[in-house]
Amino acid sequence: MSAVIENHHDDHHHGPAKGITRWLYTTNHKDIGTLYLWFSFAMFLIGGAMAMVIRAELFQPGMQIVEPEFYNQMITLHGLIMIFGGVMPAFVGLANWLVPMMIGAPDMALPRMNNLSFWILPFAFFILLSSLFMEGGAPNFGWTFYAPLSTTYAPPSVTFFIFSVHIMGASSIMGAINVVVTIMNMRAPGVSLMKMPLFVWSWLITAYLLIAVMPVLAGAVTMMLMDIHFGTSFFNAAGGGDPVLFQHIFWFFGHPEVYIMILPAFGIVSHIIETFSRKQLFGYSSMVWAMLSIAILSFVVWAHHMFTVGLPLAAEIFFMWATMLIAVPTGVKVFNWVATMFRGSLTFETPMLFAIAFVVLFTIGGLSGLMLAIVPADFQYHDTYFVVAHFHYVLVPGAIFSIMAAVYYWIPKWSGNMYDERLGKLHFWLSFIGVNVTFFPQHFIGLAGMPRRYPDYALVFADWNMVSSVGAFLFGFSQLLFLFIVIKTVMGGKKATDQVWDGAKGLEWTVASPAPYHTFSTPPKVD
Amino acid sequence: MSGGSYYVPDQSRFPIFMAFSLFLLVMGASSTINNLDDPTSNSVYILYTGFACLFLTLFFWFRQVIKEHLAGLDSNQLKQSYVYGMAWFIFSEVMFFAAFFGALFYVRTFAVPWLAGDGAKGGAITAIELWPAFESAWPVMTTPDQGNEYDLAKKSMAWPGWNHALQWLPLWNTIVLLSSSWTVHLAHLGLKKGNRKKFNAYLGVTVLLALIFVGLQALEYYEAYAHYGLTLNSGIYGSTFFMLTGFHGFHVMMGGIMLAVMLARSVFAGHFEQHDHFGFEAASWYWHFVDVVWLMLFLFVYIL
Repeated sequence: MSAVIENHHDDHHHGPAKGITRWLYTTNHKDIGTLYLWFSFAMFLIGGAMAMVIRAELFQPGMQIVEPEFYNQMITLHGLIMIFGGVMPAFVGLANWLVPMMIGAPDMALPRMNNLSFWILPFAFFILLSSLFMEGGAPNFGWTFYAPLSTTYAPPSVTFFIFSVHIMGASSIMGAINVVVTIMNMRAPGVSLMKMPLFVWSWLITAYLLIAVMPVLAGAVTMMLMDIHFGTSFFNAAGGGDPVLFQHIFWFFGHPEVYIMILPAFGIVSHIIETFSRKQLFGYSSMVWAMLSIAILSFVVWAHHMFTVGLPLAAEIFFMWATMLIAVPTGVKVFNWVATMFRGSLTFETPMLFAIAFVVLFTIGGLSGLMLAIVPADFQYHDTYFVVAHFHYVLVPGAIFSIMAAVYYWIPKWSGNMYDERLGKLHFWLSFIGVNVTFFPQHFIGLAGMPRRYPDYALVFADWNMVSSVGAFLFGFSQLLFLFIVIKTVMGGKKATDQVWDGAKGLEWTVASPAPYHTFSTPPKVD
Repeated sequence: MSGGSYYVPDQSRFPIFMAFSLFLLVMGASSTINNLDDPTSNSVYILYTGFACLFLTLFFWFRQVIKEHLAGLDSNQLKQSYVYGMAWFIFSEVMFFAAFFGALFYVRTFAVPWLAGDGAKGGAITAIELWPAFESAWPVMTTPDQGNEYDLAKKSMAWPGWNHALQWLPLWNTIVLLSSSWTVHLAHLGLKKGNRKKFNAYLGVTVLLALIFVGLQALEYYEAYAHYGLTLNSGIYGSTFFMLTGFHGFHVMMGGIMLAVMLARSVFAGHFEQHDHFGFEAASWYWHFVDVVWLMLFLFVYIL
């Protein structure tokens, strides 16, 4: 290993190592970003396949394809995989690729720990997925793993689930510390805080949320472990604990977690709308303050997930108003995106299409969230398909559309090749139609009273469920087109220019396409 | 950025080895815990292998980082990254303890009174129906089910009153840990003045105090189990007591090991300079952090 020390000056400008060890031992932020992105794509397809199983079972009333026990395992793993394996690693991958380039840094601040944060994930998800083959099956208590379903009544594989969540959390915390330290310490001279690109700002805030709440999740699963195996009674009323305590701790993690999955999307969409409007972004500093307000408020709204568990009235009122308050900074952001487009010289390349769809559909998801925030209304909507429709609107055409937009927007910079615009637009329209056909009808069946997490339902919900399933298959299979487009672009295609988009601003567009293996060995000049 | 070049380390095997060690560790831990009643189970060896791999990887990884540092490869900027990194790591630890303190506050303020029939909601009625004999108190020495599923404790760890204060271990633990925070600070002052003898001496005392603390804590646990009947299985008081003090004790051991390693580096290898000793400083931050956690524990778990 000492050879490393002596050789480092020669190593500085060389390219990637040959073979598989490049990926196993890499300390390069671009390689690690690529690993994260491919990993999350794989998880997206696996979690998506589970969603297909769910929608196939719900295609018609009655039990047709799977056993109810297996259905429960599918909804649980679908949620866990999409959140912890799909959306979060995708954003970390984007942060790895983009943050150092956007702030003029040579790499992430702690490159070896960066590699560790990534390589924990395949192991963690191997453990989680292997629970499908264990005695008693995979975790079956929903991704929110409420006690006592996840303690007293859990299958034995819950122990493996608990430990895999532990190491996923360790990975997230290390990844987040790396991002914060990179942003605080590695900015090129001249990149002051209020000149940082919004994606960087969004990730600074996200990383702070991650470091604050992932340890709380670790605490929650530790208490579960102790309750299950070592006789404690945190979540057992017979011993003086309270199952509702689990929900408090879980949602103290869970609500900031929701913003962890949307703040980076805000950053991405701001860049894309600015570029394709060929105007300066409207209200930069209000965007920053809005994200900060959302992040801070996210710590005092958790109990709006628990309005029906029997909270004291004062708590219900407090959490209702605190939740509604979040609509204000969110409204500021939507206003700013619209104002940026207003009288801009708009063009509608694929990233812009996804970004505009994000603004419209995320707003729908936000508004249904406001409906859910109203306590008496929530008593009716709670645990119905209305909730499912709400959070899928903010996560699929929200978080996931933003990730797809980001891939189309930056892939020319990553690979040096332009993607196929015609196929990209086709992918967009298939996804856009698919997502709305899937989730919009779920508002109706939810308001009509169909509960979530059941494999069967009353005949009255049959028509809209069939529509929803058709939409889900359309959306699901369109993602194979996305996979094809990405592979095609990586393999070849029209060469991209350095700036790629004629309205694009920012340091990453000043370097060559594809971006060189080591971007900035000396800090770039920024004025 | 001094000299315009930043040291980006070359490829490294350590991270993926560490990820693999963690994999073995958690696979071993899960299957060991799931097979606790099965004496023929071998899964504990996977757990041991995981631990061994983790320690080896950590050892060689840290050795590499120290070597690079001594070779002068770290720019001031990278040193600053370590400072920020440690600070944020400690923040994440604070949040880990926050979850357990939050649980403690919740059961004391809400869950236990509600179980005894307090509050206007339906929950209180249920509790009165199910467990009419349960009364709210803290430390709660009984359980709502009156010990059907749980082993009730005879005595709690709470403040015994001034007459018995000197036989009360937590008081001694507090004195020991507070002194150790002070001695580690004196060691730091010594190092900043370039006085290695003072540094080594005070750091040695700190490690000794850490050992004494862990010893006293073990004694306290022994008393709890053997004489008080207070166990993990004694209901919510035992649960919060052992989980909070247990995780704190575990962090004391981690911090103690860190400080012991720093002591060994100074005594045997002459590491750390007057103006260049962040390895030690990070460990001392960690030590002050476990001290603050203990003060919170002393207040909320033992006294109040």
